[in-house]
Amino acid sequence: MQRTLFLLNAPHPGHLPPAGEGIYAPSFTAMNKALTYGLLLSVLMVIAPHADHLPLWVSALCSALLLWRAWLTYSGDPLPKRWLLMLLTFAGTAGIFIEFRTLFGREAGVTLLMLLAALKFMELRAARDAMVLVYLACFIIITNFFYSQSIPTALYLLVTLIVIVTTWIHLQAQSIALKQRLRIAAILLMQAIPLMLILFVLFPRVEGPLWGLPQDAFASSGLDEEMSPGSLSRLSLSDAVAFRVNYADKVPLRNQMYWRGPVLWEFDGRTWTPGITTLTKTPEFTGLDQQIDYTVTLEPHNKKWLFALDMPDNVSVPATISYDFRLLNKEPVNKRLRYVARSNLVYRANLQEAAQQIKRALKLPMQFNPRAQQLAAGWRSAGKDGAEIVGIALSYFRQQGFQYTLEPPLLGVNSVDDFLFETRQGFCEHYASSFVFLMRAANVPARVVTGYLGGEFNDYGNYYIVRQSDAHAWAEVWLAGQGWVRVDPTGAIAPARLQGSLSASLPNNAALPFMARNPPQWLRDLRLNWDTLANQWNQWVLGYDSERQFAFLTRLGMESITWQKIALNMMAGVGLVIALFALFMLRHLFARERDKVQAAWLKLCRKLAKAGLPRAAHEGAQDYAARIAAARPELADAMRDLAARYGALRYGALSDERAQLEFIRLIEKFPSLI
Amino acid sequence: MLTALKQKFRTWAFRRTVETGTVTLTQRSIFIVPTRQGFALAFVLVLMLLGDINYNLSLGYVLTFLLTMVAVMSMLHAFRNLAHIEIRAGRADPVFSGETAHFLLHFNNRSKLPRYQLCLAQTGESFRAAVNGTLSFDAPALQDTEIAFPVTATRRGWLQTGRLTLYTRFPLGLFYAWSYLHFDTRCLVYPEPMSGAPLPSGNSPEGAGKRSITGDDDFAGLRKYIAGDALPRIDWKAYARERGLQVKQFTTPLGEELWLDISDAPDRTEEEKLSRMTRWVLDAEMQGLRYGLRLPDGELPGSNGIAHRDECLRRIALFNLPQAGQ
Repeated sequence: MQRTLFLLNAPHPGHLPPAGEGIYAPSFTAMNKALTYGLLLSVLMVIAPHADHLPLWVSALCSALLLWRAWLTYSGDPLPKRWLLMLLTFAGTAGIFIEFRTLFGREAGVTLLMLLAALKFMELRAARDAMVLVYLACFIIITNFFYSQSIPTALYLLVTLIVIVTTWIHLQAQSIALKQRLRIAAILLMQAIPLMLILFVLFPRVEGPLWGLPQDAFASSGLDEEMSPGSLSRLSLSDAVAFRVNYADKVPLRNQMYWRGPVLWEFDGRTWTPGITTLTKTPEFTGLDQQIDYTVTLEPHNKKWLFALDMPDNVSVPATISYDFRLLNKEPVNKRLRYVARSNLVYRANLQEAAQQIKRALKLPMQFNPRAQQLAAGWRSAGKDGAEIVGIALSYFRQQGFQYTLEPPLLGVNSVDDFLFETRQGFCEHYASSFVFLMRAANVPARVVTGYLGGEFNDYGNYYIVRQSDAHAWAEVWLAGQGWVRVDPTGAIAPARLQGSLSASLPNNAALPFMARNPPQWLRDLRLNWDTLANQWNQWVLGYDSERQFAFLTRLGMESITWQKIALNMMAGVGLVIALFALFMLRHLFARERDKVQAAWLKLCRKLAKAGLPRAAHEGAQDYAARIAAARPELADAMRDLAARYGALRYGALSDERAQLEFIRLIEKFPSLI
Repeated sequence: MLTALKQKFRTWAFRRTVETGTVTLTQRSIFIVPTRQGFALAFVLVLMLLGDINYNLSLGYVLTFLLTMVAVMSMLHAFRNLAHIEIRAGRADPVFSGETAHFLLHFNNRSKLPRYQLCLAQTGESFRAAVNGTLSFDAPALQDTEIAFPVTATRRGWLQTGRLTLYTRFPLGLFYAWSYLHFDTRCLVYPEPMSGAPLPSGNSPEGAGKRSITGDDDFAGLRKYIAGDALPRIDWKAYARERGLQVKQFTTPLGEELWLDISDAPDRTEEEKLSRMTRWVLDAEMQGLRYGLRLPDGELPGSNGIAHRDECLRRIALFNLPQAGQ
């Protein structure tokens, strides 16, 4: 224990405030430099991930403002004048309005928030401003989740949170060293994590949205509802995951993994679109066989359609099967959606097709592609039936030197003619498009189907990953007596595409995404391991909704779940953990340190009592020691020493831990007298 | 009406007796409420939660709950920051009216946990401490920290700190944890010495006074420092040579006593008279005179020295005060 000697009227060392400053209130001290740098770092860290989608000038302005503030802090120059700030704020807001045409909505709102945070630094003077910045930084973290909720994002933001809380503590107590502040921040976060987990699992989940979800809420990439030359090959360059599939038991062959998406009926000479139909009949399937059960976890794509293998007849979410066998969700899929479906690999679909649909499946823009129409007319006039014409067309592709490539030459107005007779290089959309065109010209009802083909098997997670690069287009023809039959003209040119990955079917120099090429095995393993983790993360963390919550709690053994019950459990759990923390944190404070000394002393007394020298109730330590010393001279020195130590530890100023330990050690060593 | 009720509630909830010995802060004596910043954070958290629900942001939930729980845990940390500090009131050395009295308080932190940003202030009208006049300090682990709490002395007599509030907003400023300290330590306040008040000379023989105004010639030796000795008398050279604090002693001048009598003071009010008396005592002691004090309630025989001076000042300070005791 340290004591400071104070002399009368002598200058007080230590804790008196310096004369000039006098008495001060802690919450309104001037901003110090280290604190400002901490705040700058916090805000920089939360803004940085936004850099890739903020308008360039906003990123530049924010960086400039932060740098400027850092310089002002370093040099100690005064902050800019108020009118300049007003001007900057006004100009920035106007700029954002011009950029986005609004100040509301997600993009504009987030951008505005960044700008205001950076501008707030320019009037950072008092603790109150610093507090606003800390709260703002916390709030901006959440806007990051609009763009990414991946594991790396989560880890990055945890680090950011440590920085923010460290700065927050600094704001309250400027006397603490950085290392100590970091420690306190880490402890606070560590203690909060288990509590957060309880809340996360048990907080009654309300299915959003609470108010109209803005249409721009989620970024989307994926299949479009139309197809023109180049649209799918562009998609093939993306490594992004479209969905993941778990097969329940049987796994279909690779060349049967056709994931059906939009079905395209109408052609304007260049672009295929779904067209409009007034038909509301339900599809008819007969001769269904080879059932496959599987679970799909679909990434949000902001469109209504769900993906299923041909032909789906059962799905776990309220979706309808359209007349052209598409699975349509009630709402656009704007969050990760998990559904169980059953498909039949063997089927006969719409054996009796409506005349209206047959007519649609034969419609052609007559003014384009005369040569292709001529070629098909030749097949038709040869008197072949539908199935034979399909065969002729496929062998045409096979024999006329067609090539499968991601980078086909540009096509002119007569895109089908150019492709069939001039360039003869194309990606799946070229083949599907020209094949359907030929079929229609040959009077065989046909349509284009887009979707995904195949997928990559992840043997660590035992599921298939279907990426955007697996996007594919194929054809369906309607044959009397067989219904709609799938024909994939790409298979005629690049059979490998049906069997394996895209890379196997393309020449090596193709501009494929890195992972779609043939990476080394270890990299593939790493990649698959990572995807397994990401999948778990998606399923359990990001996809944790009321349904999952219900399922999880049921599995934990909770019965007849109501939200009141969940909330009650949550509060009980949180209360219990907090009580445990309180016990742990306060126990060592309230445990009386001197008790150890007392206990040791009593032990000594017991030893002596056994030897027939009990301590009288009224007897103090010194008196007792004196009496023992008289009775047993050989113990005199040790006894006097111990009594003196005991007095000093128990009643004196001495509370040094080493002295305590020494005292206890001496008593342990004290000879047993019997 | 409401104010009266509030006041009643406070008196009941925060009733405390005046302490004489050591106070240890326990659960029962520490109170805690959220600060305005705490409420502001709650508001921000509610906004964040609404956003999470609306946009189905799972990581948003994680962040919101994490921050909520950091805030809740900060309450426990604020409480712990005060818990189990032993506080003992020390001396408060006499001062003159108009000066600042320093009440020494010992904050003994027996735990291994350093306590940060403890604030001490006089308890104001509200249950919260007055913002101005706050002293803030840290109490390092396993140490006894001595704090001099300043109170401006405005009147002669006994000065007390009244009820003090020891509070902390550490670590995040979201919660205000506080405890009341009310020690019976008193600080003696002497009247403010009147300026330009020469010693009375009427009843003092000319020669006696003059002869005693001597300098270092009459230096008689050194003795050990006793608390209360005047600073100019300390032999700083000896102190620098690490011989401890020694006080120079001077020969007691011979001669007749100088009687400092309140009836000799020409002032109108009693306070002014006492103020003049204070000056006389100080001057007489400074000049090394032998002086006695005569007040209506008694007199002190002529003597000299620090102890005598202090006794005289004490009599003057406490003269005619209802509370004057001891």
